[in-house]
This record gives sequence, C-alpha cells and structure tokens, in this order.
Amino acid sequence: MAGKAAEETGGKVATEEESAQIANCIPRLRRYARTLLAEGALADDLVQDTLERALNRLHRFERGRDMRAWLFSVMHNLYIDQLRQPGLAARSLDEADYEIPCAGVQEPLQLRDVQTALCMLPVEQREVLLLVGVEEMNYGEVAATLAIPLGTVMSRLSRGRERLRWLMEGGRMTTSLKAVK
Amino acid sequence: MSSAAITEEDLQAYVDGRLSPERNAEVQRHLSACPEDAARVQAYIAHRHLLRSHFDAMLAEPLPGWARDFQAGTDTAPIRRANRLVRGDSRRMLQALAAVLLLAVAVGSGWIARGYFDATGEDRRTPMLAMSGSLASLPRQAAIAHVVYSPDVVRPVEINADQEGLLVNWLSRRMGTSVRPPRLAAFGFELIGGRLLPGGGGPVAQFMYHDITGQRITVYITTERSAQWPEHADGLRYAQEGPVNVFYWGTGHFGYALSAGIGKNELRRVALAVYEQSRARSS
Repeated sequence: MAGKAAEETGGKVATEEESAQIANCIPRLRRYARTLLAEGALADDLVQDTLERALNRLHRFERGRDMRAWLFSVMHNLYIDQLRQPGLAARSLDEADYEIPCAGVQEPLQLRDVQTALCMLPVEQREVLLLVGVEEMNYGEVAATLAIPLGTVMSRLSRGRERLRWLMEGGRMTTSLKAVK
Repeated sequence: MSSAAITEEDLQAYVDGRLSPERNAEVQRHLSACPEDAARVQAYIAHRHLLRSHFDAMLAEPLPGWARDFQAGTDTAPIRRANRLVRGDSRRMLQALAAVLLLAVAVGSGWIARGYFDATGEDRRTPMLAMSGSLASLPRQAAIAHVVYSPDVVRPVEINADQEGLLVNWLSRRMGTSVRPPRLAAFGFELIGGRLLPGGGGPVAQFMYHDITGQRITVYITTERSAQWPEHADGLRYAQEGPVNVFYWGTGHFGYALSAGIGKNELRRVALAVYEQSRARSS
C-alpha cells in the first residue's frame, strides 16, 4: 500500500477528482453505517469520522483502487476501534459468538420486515450480507475490505442468510446450519 | 447426479450469480433433485432482492447538511471537531460512569460471600460466590442489570416500545407466563422497550423507561418468587445497591424490582404505583 509516498504527514490535499469520488460515496457510506449502528445519529457520526480519517490518510489510497471499497474498509476499522473502546458493550468478533443472535432472539417473531430481521443478525453477518447482496462486491473484495479470510466471508454469508431466513419465516424452522468451512 | 460435489459455497455463489455457466447448471441440477436446498436457495434469493430494494431506497434519501457541505467542498472540519469533542466527552463519561456504577454495586453489595434474611428474620447465611450461582438477591441482580444496560446508548433494549405487542408476546412466551410493562407515564417515564435476561431459575424480563431528561428506570420481573420470596412477604422493600436505589417486592408468581439512580423518595412514588399495578394484575 505504497500510494503516494511523498506525503510524510498524511496531510495530502485531496485532488478534485478524489474529493468528488469521496463525496459520491457518502450515501453508500451512510447506509453501510446504518447497517453497523442502528441509531441514525451515531451512524452519521461514524460517516463523518470516516470522511475525516479518509482525508487524513488519503496518501494510503492507491490510485486506481476502488474508492468505495477503501472507504468501507476505513469505516469498518473505525467501527471496530469504537467497539474496542473500554466500557462499550462490545461483542467479540470470535466465530464462537456467532451462535448468539445479536438481540438474543430465539423465539418465533412473526417478522416479515427485512430491516428488522437484518438488525437481529450479528453485525459481522450484517455487513457481509450488505457488501455481497447490496453493494454487489465479489467475495474477494469483501474479504479485502473487512480484512478477513475468504472462508470467513463465506461462512458469515451462509450463516447470515440462514438466520435471516429463520427470522423472516417466523423462526420456526430448526437452525442446524453450523460452521461451513 | 453431481450433488455430492455441490458445496455450501456453491449454493451461496449461485444465489449471488457468481458461478460459471457450467457450475451454475450443475447447481441447478442439484436443486431440482433436492427440494430442501431448492427452498432454501429460493428464500435466499428472495431476501437478497428485498434487502437490495430496501437499501437502494436509502440512497435516494436527502442528505443531511454536513454531507451537502462536504460535497460542496465547504470545510466544516472545525465545527465537526468541536461537535465530536462534545459528543465524545459525553460518551466517554457515560462509559466511565457505567464502569464505576458496576464496581460500586459489586463492592457495595458484598458480591463475594454474604447471606440474606428471609421473612422470618432467620439468617440463612447462604454463601454466595461472585456471579457463580443463582443466589444473588433480587435487588442486587436487578441493580446489576440496571447498571449494565441503562447506560447503553446504541441498544439499551432488545425490542423497542414501538413494537410493544411483539415485546409482550415474546417476553411472555419466554417467561412462560403473561408479562407486560407497567405504565409509568403518569410520572413522566416513557417505555423504551425491554429485554430478556438470564436469571438464576429462568429468564427474567427487564423493561426500561426514560424521562425527558434522559433519566432511566428499569423494571426487573422474575418468576423466581418461590425461591426468593416466602409466602406473606408482600410489601415494598428497599435496598441500596451502590449508587442504585432499588424497591422490590413479590406479588403472585412474580418478583419485581424497580431500579434507578434517582432519589429514594422520587423512586418510591413510582415504585408504589408499579406495586399497585402488579397487585391489581395478580388478584
């Protein structure tokens, strides 16, 4: 990730093209943030923090790379940093935690609302579902953006979809789907 | 049939349209022979469409002012930095407060080894090891649940009050008996929502309320009454668990505890109302 090595301070001024690219991504960044954080105000905070960090670290952005994917990874990392702050109700990112749905919901919920159902998935599954199914990234791009192995992308995708189906169908089916490696 | 060779990854990639035409055809053959996988894949595809249209609608939403400023190239960084400092400070303070409260409850209530008195005044001296068993008393459990969840900004509850019917059904089903949130509106406290917690002898319901100043009250409802509440133990009791005031009582099959960081007298007024509601319900 050499980028433009001349920028020692990181205070590289964005070119007009780069500024425009970043600005164009704001709506996508906002919906990604709202996938991570349910509360709108916090989500917009995260977007603004992301923009600021991206501008400060623009020297790390490789020309020709997908600006959207880079911004998503900046946001993802910021979010993880926030989770790690002491005192926040952070959920560990261990695979072992995946059997625990984010809201502890295990009962039939008569839900047909995809947004509500999505919110009940662990955040790790939510973001993979968003990047794959909404942003239409390929699996390799998702792995690079989230800095996780391809196999982890696939298992999160598989578990996320299965749990979403379970929630959307009222939670009546048995979820026997375990680790898919 | 090549179904043995079809992997879970193939099915996912089929949903996303990322297979080669040959592999795609093999998966289709597998699906026509396996109704179970076919139903699953069909649901995945439908949900993918739903998510896609739901999230694409978000892109059309009008942007907030800061985003328009950014797009227009207006430098709003100084304002945002100032805003974030304020926000960050209050967030950090909340986190620190939660940690201190939890510690205060743990220390103040002698979490390590302690007995409690039952209604006959007999000291049962049940040794209680930190968080190891089900015997932490009702007010202590309630106070701990209060300090753990009430400072949570992002997800203080599992199900919001705007889905109260769902909340009541879900909690009632999990508790095995009808549970509903008491009404505190007369005291200016509005229901935020509720969550399910593990209790010593089964699930516990927690309802959370706030007033316009952001002050939060939690109502903790357990069905462990038989273990903790001898008969004829009705009546309001008070406990101070660290900085948290708790009023608690048993009624019918339930143990109730009301916890908040507000003054004892103010909380007592609210507790009395909940107490009356709980007795009305159980009689």
